[in-house]
Amino acid sequence: MKVSDKAEEILESLWITTEEKGEDACHFERLGISPEDEGLAELIRQAFVEVNGDWVRLRKEGREEARMTVRRHRLAERLMMDILDIKGVTGDERACEFEHLLHHGVDTKICTLLNHPTTCPHGKPIPPGSCCQQARQSGDVGVVALTELKAGEHGEIAYLSATDAGKMQKLMSMGVLPGSDLVVTRTFPSYVFKVGYSEFAVDSELGREIFVRKT
Amino acid sequence: MQNQERTEKKIILVGNPNVGKSVVFNTLTGSYTTVSNYPGTSVEVSRGHCQVAGEDYLVLDTPGMYSMLPITEEERVARRILLEESPHVVLHVIDARNLERMLPMTLQLIEAGLPVLLLINIMDEAERVGMKIDIPLLQEKLQIPVVGGAIGRGKRGLSELREAIANYRASKATFAYAKDLEKDIQKISSLMPGRYILDKRSLTLMLLQRDEEIAQRVRDTEGGHYAAVEDAVNDIIFTRRVDLHLRISLERKRICKGLLDGVVTQQEGAQATFADRLSNWMMNPWTGIPLLLLVLYLGLYQFVGGFGAGTLVDFLEGTLFEEYLNPWVIGLCEQYIPWYWLNELLVGEYGLFTLGVRYAVAIILPIVGTFFVAFAMIEDSGYFPRLAMLVDRVFKMIGLNGRAVIPMVLGFGCDTMATVVTRTLETTRERVIATLLLALAIPCSAQMGVILGLLSGVPGALLVWMACMVGVFLLVGLLAAQVMPGERPMFYMEIPPLRLPQPQNVMIKTLTRMQWYFMEIFPLFMIASVLLWAGKLTGALQWLVEMFNPVMRLLGLPHEASAAFIFGFFRRDFGAAGLYDLQTEGLLNPVQLTVAAVTLTLFVPCVAQFLVMQKERGWRTSLMIFFMVTGMAFTVGWSLNKALMLTGILS
Repeated sequence: MKVSDKAEEILESLWITTEEKGEDACHFERLGISPEDEGLAELIRQAFVEVNGDWVRLRKEGREEARMTVRRHRLAERLMMDILDIKGVTGDERACEFEHLLHHGVDTKICTLLNHPTTCPHGKPIPPGSCCQQARQSGDVGVVALTELKAGEHGEIAYLSATDAGKMQKLMSMGVLPGSDLVVTRTFPSYVFKVGYSEFAVDSELGREIFVRKT
Repeated sequence: MQNQERTEKKIILVGNPNVGKSVVFNTLTGSYTTVSNYPGTSVEVSRGHCQVAGEDYLVLDTPGMYSMLPITEEERVARRILLEESPHVVLHVIDARNLERMLPMTLQLIEAGLPVLLLINIMDEAERVGMKIDIPLLQEKLQIPVVGGAIGRGKRGLSELREAIANYRASKATFAYAKDLEKDIQKISSLMPGRYILDKRSLTLMLLQRDEEIAQRVRDTEGGHYAAVEDAVNDIIFTRRVDLHLRISLERKRICKGLLDGVVTQQEGAQATFADRLSNWMMNPWTGIPLLLLVLYLGLYQFVGGFGAGTLVDFLEGTLFEEYLNPWVIGLCEQYIPWYWLNELLVGEYGLFTLGVRYAVAIILPIVGTFFVAFAMIEDSGYFPRLAMLVDRVFKMIGLNGRAVIPMVLGFGCDTMATVVTRTLETTRERVIATLLLALAIPCSAQMGVILGLLSGVPGALLVWMACMVGVFLLVGLLAAQVMPGERPMFYMEIPPLRLPQPQNVMIKTLTRMQWYFMEIFPLFMIASVLLWAGKLTGALQWLVEMFNPVMRLLGLPHEASAAFIFGFFRRDFGAAGLYDLQTEGLLNPVQLTVAAVTLTLFVPCVAQFLVMQKERGWRTSLMIFFMVTGMAFTVGWSLNKALMLTGILS
């Protein structure tokens, strides 16, 4: 059964505090709710959480639901930033609204469209779904942003996403063209890659717009 | 001169950056070249003359360009030169190893109907990585003259190049795109009956890629016909909205692949060279930062500070001027000039000769000269793009991107010149932030020379001074990045291979910069001398100095220091030199010395820098920077004084 939007927000915060920060429970204040909160009541009814004094604890039964909620939120963030190009605070806000629509397999579709990303734009991990496992098992690499490659990895440039026509044109005239092979030589402090005998340095913003098929 | 230029045949050099274009230019023309802004722009273009087979040619070196479709101001100027100068030969210089990547540009030049001569340069490095290029075959396929060489290394290929220029005959080959694209090109060019310098195929492609300048030219030429052209162009752009740019680029790449088939053979087994390893060390923060410090220590501290500001200045100023020239000139003046005021003007305390010329020749020349030598060597070696990549993240925090490292480093030589160079930054926001930081926290070489000498006697003072500069640089940068509106800059840069600097190239770059320095800055020194002289005679200087006394008290400094601050505006290093005198007279204790040095370094830029700031950024911005820098300098000085007193450091 699908939980309400409010309950999803609570599950999300609980997941972050308990799974990612390693705390045992989360205070009402931190969750920004009162003990009479509707969403909370709903979660208690489904035995997803339990309340102890002013503290809310995520139960084993609620873990999967919470994990998937976080996954949907971070996928929504990726979609906003990478595909729809809505960045900054607006991107975060739209993602918060959007995540609640990613049910009934929509999350799987979006995850595949985004090529099973592992981190959100803020660098936090996206819990993998079953689609990610399957892709991993079948060895499907798909197309990833340059920033996903490690130093020493090769790839063929698949396409350049064109948020800034001028910069893309510049990259193209420098010889960074779809169909060319590249090898990443360095990922820190900036991304350095070679095309033929030429070497280029780009920052992560631009690196995220060069899409590569790993070879 | 103008007439001569018109009758002389022109050779225009074009090509990507880092292909040895300026070496080719210098080799062809010798060192008699002039560098000037291209009319109506701020981009510099070098001109020189050469003689081939008894005929005189005018040679123009254009700024680096990647394609016929310009993005930066430099590229726009380069293309305008091609459009307006009607050349005898367009010499396209490319890097042999990157033949495949750079050939599309050759294609565009040929397509534009220009008389192209292709020089495949840096053949030696290509051979070293196992590449073989069949030049005659490529020449046959391209149907234009092609010369291979390594002009920077023993002038290999120079005689062939000169021969090709002497025997140049324009020919015209067409390289076909895919049928559907050709149909579109045909459709539009048939709507343009006007006469153009460039070929219509090329114009059409640029129109399709929404080139404003070309659109304007076509509009001017076609008049009433233009509406039809515009409609057709818009229609095709819409139909191909998904991938027009990409399609054209890919088609060119396909054609080039075909052209290079059989021309280039690659042998395996090229090993990682020392240069590759060094390049990696430079870009890895763990080894790159120590290397940067080493470069700064050897280049700036030892070579500029030790050799330039020490050995050379001691000789020129201490021996040449103090012992020989000054007594001689002063003697002459006293003997032949009876008027006190004129004597003062020429050889007095702030005299044109004793102060202006002596400073310019004996102090500034060696310091700035050695700095420019070091800078040109670093520039020529290809270190800057690697440094830019290394510092990009830090520079992003202060609202700049890695590219700004070049004007910032140049600022350590001459802040005025560096302020001019901030033009190369892409956005106004970056230019303003860079100008502000240059005015505030980057001491120029002349000033730094004196300050290093001043503080070296007091243990710890130099560290406090450096910490203050770095702190203020980062703090103000962070704040400016928060306050200034505008987009976050993006960073992308080509990393050229590391090369050993070529002595001739370094020399020419240094001389060109020194020439600029003397033409632009030297007159200002003279004016400063006259102003100080007038101030002294009329008493205005004394009055100004007294105005400053309360400020000095606030900073805990003796009131004699105010003179140093007033002079500091006329010349950054004057101020520091003033402090030097105070210190030798024993008027400053270590705390006062440090506070004075920090405040003076931060304090307003010199007259020359302020004027350039005004020219580049306008009155509003430059005045704002001026007042901000002044306020900041005294605030930091005041706080530093309090902090040093309180903690007891240095006393």
